[in-house]
Amino acid sequence: MSQFPAAERKARPTQRQWNEWRWAWGLIAPTMIGLIVLNIIPIFQTVYMSFFKSGAFGKGNLYVGLENYRTLLADTQVWSATRNTLVYTLCVVGIGTVLALLLAVALNGKLRGKGVYRTLYFIPMVATPAAVTLIWKWLYNYRFGLFNHLLSVFGIAPVNWIDDPNVAMISIVIVGIWSTLGYSMVLLIAGLQEIPRDYYEAAQIDGASAQKQFFHITVPLVSPTLFFVLVTSVITAMQVFDIVYMMLGVTSPSYDATVSLVYLFYNNSFKYSNKGYGSAVIMVLLVIILLITALQNRMQKKWVHYQ
Amino acid sequence: MEKLSFSFRKHRAPILLHAVLILISVIMVFPFVWMVLTSLKTVTESTRMAPFSFLPESFQWVNYATVWKQNDFFQLYLNTFGMVALRVLCAVVFSAMAAYAFARLTFPGKRFLFGLVLFQMMVPTQVFVIPQYLMVDAMGMRNTLFALVFPGLVSAFGTFLLRQFFMGLPKELEESARLDGCNIGQTFVWVMLPLTHSGLAALAIFTVLFAFKDLMWPLVVNTDIGAATLSSALSKIGSSYSVDYPNLMAASVLAVVPMLLLYSVFQRQFIEGIATSGGKL
Repeated sequence: MSQFPAAERKARPTQRQWNEWRWAWGLIAPTMIGLIVLNIIPIFQTVYMSFFKSGAFGKGNLYVGLENYRTLLADTQVWSATRNTLVYTLCVVGIGTVLALLLAVALNGKLRGKGVYRTLYFIPMVATPAAVTLIWKWLYNYRFGLFNHLLSVFGIAPVNWIDDPNVAMISIVIVGIWSTLGYSMVLLIAGLQEIPRDYYEAAQIDGASAQKQFFHITVPLVSPTLFFVLVTSVITAMQVFDIVYMMLGVTSPSYDATVSLVYLFYNNSFKYSNKGYGSAVIMVLLVIILLITALQNRMQKKWVHYQ
Repeated sequence: MEKLSFSFRKHRAPILLHAVLILISVIMVFPFVWMVLTSLKTVTESTRMAPFSFLPESFQWVNYATVWKQNDFFQLYLNTFGMVALRVLCAVVFSAMAAYAFARLTFPGKRFLFGLVLFQMMVPTQVFVIPQYLMVDAMGMRNTLFALVFPGLVSAFGTFLLRQFFMGLPKELEESARLDGCNIGQTFVWVMLPLTHSGLAALAIFTVLFAFKDLMWPLVVNTDIGAATLSSALSKIGSSYSVDYPNLMAASVLAVVPMLLLYSVFQRQFIEGIATSGGKL
C-alpha cells in the first residue's frame, strides 16, 4: 500500500516539480545539444566511417566492411605507431611523474624561494608546443645546434638527435617530460598540502626516518592526487601529436621510429585524405585508452587510499 | 670545531637542494633564453661554429619586423585571441548553467545525461575530429573564426569541474534565496554563481591554456594562412624558414609572448586554478 503515493507522485509531477524540470532542462540544453552534436554522434560516425574507403575523388565513399581493419593489422606502420605511443607514454609518465613527485615534496616544505621555483617550473606548460618544439629542434640541430656544440667542447662526437632513429624517441621524450613536469608538480603540491602536519610530527617522535615518512605517510596520503595525475598524464601522453609532428616530417629517417598513433591518424585522414582508414587508426587509440582507463580503475583499489 | 661541523651539517641539505633546484630552473628556462638570443642574431652568426657565438654581436631587431610582415602576425593574433576569447565565453557560460542543474536540481534523465558528460571525457578528442571537420565543411565555414571555436562551443570537462564546485556549496543559502522569492534562475545567477568564482576562474584559465596550445584542429580546418592561429601558422613557418633559425626563433618568440605575459601577470591564479581543478576532479 505504501508504494502507491510514491508511484502516483512519479506519474503526475506537481507544479513545483514541473517548474524545476523545465529550469533544469533549459539550463543543460546548450551543453547537452552541443555534446550530442559535436561529440556523441561523431563517435558513431567515426566507427561507421571506419568501414568505408574514402578516396581523394569526390565524396564517393565505398563500403569495404572490415577491410580497413584487415589492412590495419597487416600495416607495420600501425604496429610501430602503437609501440611508439606506448613507449612515449611509459617514459614520459613514468619518469615525469617520479620527478614531479620528488620536486613537489622538495617544494612543499619550508624552503626559501619555493614560490619562485614553482613559477619557473610551470613556464614550459604555458608555451604552445608548436613553438616549444621549434626551440628544441634548434637546440638538437645536428650541425649548428647548441647541444652538439657543447658536446664538441668536451670532445664528444655530435649526436644526430632527430634523424637517428635510435635517438629520436629519446629526444622527443625529453621534450615531453620538460613540457609537462610543472603541471604534474603543481597538482601534486596541492595534494601534499592536504596532508595534516601532525602525521609527520607523530612519525618524527616515533623516530621514523625521512625515507620511511615518504613511503609510509606521503605516498599513501597523496595517492588520490597521484592517481589523478597518472590518469590524466597517461591519456594526454597517449594522444601525443604536436611534438612529433613539429619535430620531424614523414621524410625523416626517424619517422617510423617515432610516429605516434595520432600523427598516423592525421596523415591518413588529412594528408592522404583516406578518412576511412584514418578512422580505423583512431579506433585503435580509443580501444587502448578505454582499456587502460578500465585497468587503472581496477588497480586503483589496490593502492589508492581515500580518506 | 664541534659546533662548526654541526652547523655545516644542518645547512648542507638545503644548499645541495637549492643547487639541484637552481639547475632544474636553468633547464626549464634556458630554452626560452636561447630562443630570444638566436632571434637577435644574423643567420651567419647563428650557424657559425668557430668562434661559437653565445650572445648576439649586435641585436638584429629587424628579424622581428621581417617575420611580422612576411606572416601577417597581426592577423594571427586576431584569430588566436578571437578563438580563445569565444571558447572561454562559451565554456564558462554553458558549463556553469549545465553544472548547476546537474549539481542542484532533480529532473528526469539526469543520471543518463550526466553519464554522457563523463563518457565524452574518456574519449580521445581525435575521435571527433573527422566528423567535426565534415560538419564545418558542409556548412561552408572552413577558414573562419567560427570554425576555430566550433569544437569548443561546449565543454564536458567544464561541466564536470563546475558541478564539483556547486556541490561543495551549502544548501541553506539556496533555500533562503528561494524563500525570499527568487526563482531557480535568479538563485543560480545572483546567489550561487558568485560563490563559484574560483571555479569559473579555474575553468577560464584551463580553457585559455589549452585553446592556445591546440594544434591539430586549426591545422585541419583553417588551411589558409590568413585564418590560421599562432600554433598552426608556426608549423607552416617552420617548414618555410628551414635554415633561417633567427627568423624562426623570432616567430616563436612572437607566438609564446602573449601567454608568457598573461602568465607573468596572473601567475598565482594560473597555478591555483590548475591546483584546485586537480583537487576537484
